[in-house]
Amino acid sequence: MITIKNLNKTFAGVVVLNDISTEFENGKTNLIIGQSGSGKTVLLKCILGLFGIDSGEIFFDNKSFQKMNIKQRSIIRQEIGMVFQGSALFDSMTVEENIMFPMQMLTRKSFEEMEVKANQVINRVNLINTNKKLPSEISGGMQKRVAIARAIVMNPKYLFCDEPNSGLDPKTSTIIDNLIQEITEEYEITTIINTHDMNSVMEIGEKVLFLENGNKGWEGTNKEVFNTDNQTVSNFIYSSNLFKKVQKVYRNENNN
Amino acid sequence: MRLLRNIGTYSIMIGKVFGRFTRWSVMKGLIIKEIDSLIIGSIGIVSFISFFVGGVVAIQTALNLNNPLLPKNLIGFATRQSVILEFAPTFISVIMAGKVGSFITSSLGTMRVTEQIDALKVMGINTYNYLIFPKIVALLLYPFIITISMFLGIFGGYVASIYGGFCSSGDFIEGIQLDFIPFHVSYAFVKTAFFAFILATIPSYHGYFLKGGALEVGKASTTSFVWTSVLIIVTNYIITQLLLTS
Repeated sequence: MITIKNLNKTFAGVVVLNDISTEFENGKTNLIIGQSGSGKTVLLKCILGLFGIDSGEIFFDNKSFQKMNIKQRSIIRQEIGMVFQGSALFDSMTVEENIMFPMQMLTRKSFEEMEVKANQVINRVNLINTNKKLPSEISGGMQKRVAIARAIVMNPKYLFCDEPNSGLDPKTSTIIDNLIQEITEEYEITTIINTHDMNSVMEIGEKVLFLENGNKGWEGTNKEVFNTDNQTVSNFIYSSNLFKKVQKVYRNENNN
Repeated sequence: MRLLRNIGTYSIMIGKVFGRFTRWSVMKGLIIKEIDSLIIGSIGIVSFISFFVGGVVAIQTALNLNNPLLPKNLIGFATRQSVILEFAPTFISVIMAGKVGSFITSSLGTMRVTEQIDALKVMGINTYNYLIFPKIVALLLYPFIITISMFLGIFGGYVASIYGGFCSSGDFIEGIQLDFIPFHVSYAFVKTAFFAFILATIPSYHGYFLKGGALEVGKASTTSFVWTSVLIIVTNYIITQLLLTS
């Protein structure tokens, strides 16, 4: 479980996150939604320790990240898998080398053991005939799968995904969403996803946190989010014509 | 104020480079890779430039020796002094600031922009040691390049003098042996060691702490080249003052 208490973050005097408190439960797919510039990525990077925070505290299973020394932080980081927005694969390494990299750096496994484990996760994310290819030689959707494979190869307790659907077509987006949800259930990990893809909210979000200009605008389940009275959340979710129609169908179904 | 902040950040970066070490089995591969791209990959251009600049130094010296009383061996003497004292260590280092420095800045800058450095950090890796230390170790072989440059610079001068008809082979060889002070070679290698550290760390700093996108990668490469060159020139002056004037 990840708990955030009264988190504040500013950049050059500009408040980016204001008094954020929330909890992300174990084994659940948690979504952080909000408009571009609302502070989603900053929140994610603060949780990961990539950005320092001004005040507040972040707890991983009730242990304060801020009170940990470098070694303890390093151990926590080994329990984290991260899928970056642009995949962040290492250009000079093949797909297989990218996936083996965390094991190479953080474990004492033999090359053969690492290769077996890498092939397991490669099969899990349905990547075929890409082992020896460079990231530049595969499609965006495949790169996302490689990033997911690299993130889960160490059997993490926490999986973070920063806009995993960005730049993908709707079909590939759904495949990636489903893959993340299946992995969350299968590995029993806490997954936090940054997104403004409403399809993801509808399909996989068990808990939804809405950020509005750096403030916690709303939080609840994905069922609640589609019926919320909060006008800002509603405006955000039903901003597209497609989702306005979905809203009508959803409300009709509920009324019947 | 900004300069002071940059110096402070640079110093902290250097401290962290020598902090928590990356596993040796991984590090040795990184070092070999860096030696290949930074050192081996530079031999061609350094050889080419050294040979022809050495030739030009010899020709210009010869053309300025109008007085028939001046011995022809001065061509070899002047070529040796110019190449060993200044051309090979300093001029080649400024060229390397463009070649190697820009490469380091743009590769680290691209890693920063594409969040590859963040990906390493999330894994709990000391990114300073993982990314910058191999470059520093690889550039420990930089004096090897300067040795090649010294040899080819003088050889270029020899070829240009002989084939240009400016002096005989005997005169040139006598010139390069004339009043030879071994300390001048030591002085050149002391400079080279300092320049190697500057070449590895200043471009790394500019790449590692880059903020922005592709445009900033280009700007950072230019800034890195300017600052690396400035530091090489200033360090050159200080070391020369310390070692040759006492």
